[in-house]
Amino acid sequence: MSALAQPRHVYAWGPSPCGGLRTTLSGASVTLRPSGALWIEAEAMLVVADLHLEKGSAYAARGQMLPPYDTRDTLRRLTAEIVATRPAAVVLLGDTFHDRASEDRLAADDAEQLRALAGLTRLIWVIGNHDADGPRALPGDVADELTVAGLRLRHEPHGGPQPGEVAGHLHPCAKVTASRGTVRRRCFVTDGERLVVPAFGAYAGGLNIRDRAFSGLFARDPLCGALGTGRVHAVGWRSVVGD
Amino acid sequence: MAEDAGAAPPLLPPRFADWFAARGWSAREHQLEMIAKGRAGRDALLIAPTGGGKTLAGFLPSLIELAERAPANTPRGIHTLYISPLKALAVDVERNLMAPILQMGLPIVAESRTGDTGQARRQRQRIKPPDILLTTPEQLALFCAWEGARLYFEDLACVIVDEIHAIHASKRGDLLALDLARLQTFAPGMRRVGLSATVDDPDVIRRWLGCTAPEAENQVDLVRGPGGAAPIVDMLLAEGRVPWAGHTAQHAMPEVYEAIKQARTALVFVNTRFQAEFAFQELWKLNDDDLPIALHHGSLAAEQRRKVEAAMARGELRAVVCTSTLDLGIDWGDVDLVIQLASPKGASRMVQRIGRANHRLDEPSRALFVPANRFEMLECQAAREAIAENRFDGDAARTGALDVLAQHVMGCACSEPFDLLKLYDELVTAGPYRDLTWEDFEQVVDFVSTGGYALKTYDRFRRIVKGQDGLWRVRDPATAQRHRMNVGAILSPAVLAVRIAMGKRLTGGRKIGEVEEGYVEMLEPGDTFIFAGQVWSLVAVTGLDVLVRPAMGKDPKMPSWGGSKFALSTFLAKRVRELMFDETHWNVLPSDVREWLEIQKDRSLIVKEEELLLETFPRGKRNFIVCYPFEGRLAHTTLAMLLTRRLERMGAAPLGFVCNDYAVAVWALNPLDGLDFDELFAQDMLGDDLESWLSESFMMKRAFKGCAIISGLIERRFPGEQQKSGRQVTFSTDLIYDVLRRHQPDHLLLRCAREDAATGLVDVARLGQLLARIKGKIRHVALDHLSPFSVPILLEIGKERTPGAAGEMILAEAESDLIAEAIA
Repeated sequence: MSALAQPRHVYAWGPSPCGGLRTTLSGASVTLRPSGALWIEAEAMLVVADLHLEKGSAYAARGQMLPPYDTRDTLRRLTAEIVATRPAAVVLLGDTFHDRASEDRLAADDAEQLRALAGLTRLIWVIGNHDADGPRALPGDVADELTVAGLRLRHEPHGGPQPGEVAGHLHPCAKVTASRGTVRRRCFVTDGERLVVPAFGAYAGGLNIRDRAFSGLFARDPLCGALGTGRVHAVGWRSVVGD
Repeated sequence: MAEDAGAAPPLLPPRFADWFAARGWSAREHQLEMIAKGRAGRDALLIAPTGGGKTLAGFLPSLIELAERAPANTPRGIHTLYISPLKALAVDVERNLMAPILQMGLPIVAESRTGDTGQARRQRQRIKPPDILLTTPEQLALFCAWEGARLYFEDLACVIVDEIHAIHASKRGDLLALDLARLQTFAPGMRRVGLSATVDDPDVIRRWLGCTAPEAENQVDLVRGPGGAAPIVDMLLAEGRVPWAGHTAQHAMPEVYEAIKQARTALVFVNTRFQAEFAFQELWKLNDDDLPIALHHGSLAAEQRRKVEAAMARGELRAVVCTSTLDLGIDWGDVDLVIQLASPKGASRMVQRIGRANHRLDEPSRALFVPANRFEMLECQAAREAIAENRFDGDAARTGALDVLAQHVMGCACSEPFDLLKLYDELVTAGPYRDLTWEDFEQVVDFVSTGGYALKTYDRFRRIVKGQDGLWRVRDPATAQRHRMNVGAILSPAVLAVRIAMGKRLTGGRKIGEVEEGYVEMLEPGDTFIFAGQVWSLVAVTGLDVLVRPAMGKDPKMPSWGGSKFALSTFLAKRVRELMFDETHWNVLPSDVREWLEIQKDRSLIVKEEELLLETFPRGKRNFIVCYPFEGRLAHTTLAMLLTRRLERMGAAPLGFVCNDYAVAVWALNPLDGLDFDELFAQDMLGDDLESWLSESFMMKRAFKGCAIISGLIERRFPGEQQKSGRQVTFSTDLIYDVLRRHQPDHLLLRCAREDAATGLVDVARLGQLLARIKGKIRHVALDHLSPFSVPILLEIGKERTPGAAGEMILAEAESDLIAEAIA
């Protein structure tokens, strides 16, 4: 049920030329990009979460032959983001691999592509719950979490108030209702203090932001940035519904 | 019969003849003919209307054979396998079959086996097979995927497929045809028997049923039952008024109620669940006599449906409002009137439904059509005439789907190792797969084994492997077991349980029934709707539960997608167009409808059957184009999508469209009079325009999901991986579709999905026929205001939502809500 009457917070956001949303997070200027990546302006840093590379082959190993193209599809989109933003560093915000054996299953040309990206920019692998070891043979730095521009970047959101936290893990997704109907999309979700970024992986599923897992993360009704085609749409809490 | 008695023994053994005589019956011509076919070892298709003793005719040869055979020292396998498309029918037939077996004291064990059969009985049936087993296509597919299926069926003498007309032209029919081919390999002497309602072209079914092996004679003998008395079909004209639009026939409810009062027992057929709920509600408002009127549709809890069925069988009900859940041949006892609310959509289905009234052949069945609007009035009249002339809709033969074939190949591997060549030879004996190419077959096998991808990274994960002996077998028992859990070609849309909301914390209480996901998407918390004959208010949707509270005395919100899920049949559509053009025919129509046609003729045009009427007129600030192809909602929606794209390119700035079974209306910013309409409706519309629209459309995604499930690419319980915290993460097949389409657009499953979408969801074939038919025959009239014909379709504007379409528009709308909120 809805919370007791509280003054409604009006979020400051505006469009960015890339089709994304510019907003501030705990004082830092950030852009929520239509690809689902986060751009941290002060550090020229690109953040992507939950790539779940080799999820397809993980299913295949168990007898469900999902198309084996998820890794290259995800890397293709990541490459496009790197080319478009020329970041000083790319933060892979955990669960970059679907499981611990994923790196061994990587096709040779996909591994090559990852190495090529490490040549273009600095890769920082933040550890997630699916890939707790970090990469074994692939280049890049490994971190449990990191602090940049007053923001704390980690895979899994911590409990309680965490001003400046940027996390993934939850795969946020919004079911948006308007008079024309309902649509379900991956989304960013933020209350201006903390931000949960959507999963970037081609086969990553979504968890409805009305799910209990999100309750307690935000001090007030959050703003949701739903990923559209070439655009991020700012959607208010009242327009999103549970599954 | 007497002349047979001389040389050969009589067709009907004395014990059977006595049994018939004791009941005051005599064996019917077609029943004897079926016995003769059985004695001669011939495959046979029996076509007879309901009530002709059709099922008994199918079983008699087996009963006689079983009664005559010598007792055996060793246990024997199944003699006759009976397949019904409905679980309930298998159980019903078991009951009816027990009567002759018990009354004649025949040493025959007959048992049913469906998804509902208990574990103990299933176990026993495996170890000690009954003589006659009654089951469903899905159970048969499961049997065929067992280890030891060959041994289990080696004594099989006969297989009977009931209600064959309802199943042959579907994926379930594909699967069943493949399993018949399998059974024939296990038991080469097996005879095939089909039972069908009256159809337009029996040859289509004969080809489906028959074994097309080159050495086989490839003939299924046709046996026709008696025609029966022609039904009496009346049309209800409520006080002479026929509404312009709408689908509920609300205006006629008092008369419908009167008709129910006059009848002993009436079945009230409607086309959608919503209409069923609505009509039920309306009838109860009028029910001053407290007549026992019940409701029956697929969303109600199974227990509740069983209750209604039982009360009906006991003769306790005066009327049941029902959807197609009661279309097939369960015996309903004393029904003497069938009421069709809203339009019948097809002549064959209507005859089936009318057949529910009066199971005695010599008396005519009585039916009452209740058209809900003017076009439906024309449609009902055309259907009446077709029924009187004994004409039916045609069913096109179909080519077997490859996703079904993939499931079957996997099932074969789960049962026993197979040889590629021998399996191919077997598959092409199944009617729908007689033209299967070796290349497609190899692709399917590759798909089953590794997913069939150009990128060969899954070789080490093969589901079926080729051994040293050259035979293919399933990888391991666990993989086989998982396949068996996913057998079947029925796709049920995601269903949610409707429960009464309990307490402050909103837990789910008693279950009232089930609804499809799409139904709930139309509603928001606080909305009221009718379900299971009551008005409810939606409280919340949590996980797989829809929580509701009773909403007494409130007016339910009307979901407006009230049309029919059945498309108007091609055959009936043509008859409606003919009826409209033929003025001599108009005098059978009520005066207001006649007047409507007169004014249309006067102000606009009435065109010949093969022509297309196209009107343009301004209205408000918009310009309308309305055409009347009468090709059904599916084909019309596709047409409207494509027209809109073209109008965009022609610079007309189209803004929206609406379709129903009869017409298409598109409106635009700019005037439309000067356009080249031959160009607009040119057949090349079905080329690139169609492809680019289709590949992005939700129809393709939906079709892909179905193919992915049937083919075994994903399991039925997928999506919904349970995450560690028990949270439900939805991994939609749309993600898989998008990736596959980008990286391997010619993949087998995309081909299957394209095929399904084009036939089932957008009706491309029918649109193609339309465009060919009207080429050079478009009759355009530029009007200065709307025409009488255009009123019904214009009344539908704004009432319908386009599900799944325009995701971006929904987001944009939600965003502008937010902006408005921020500015306010």
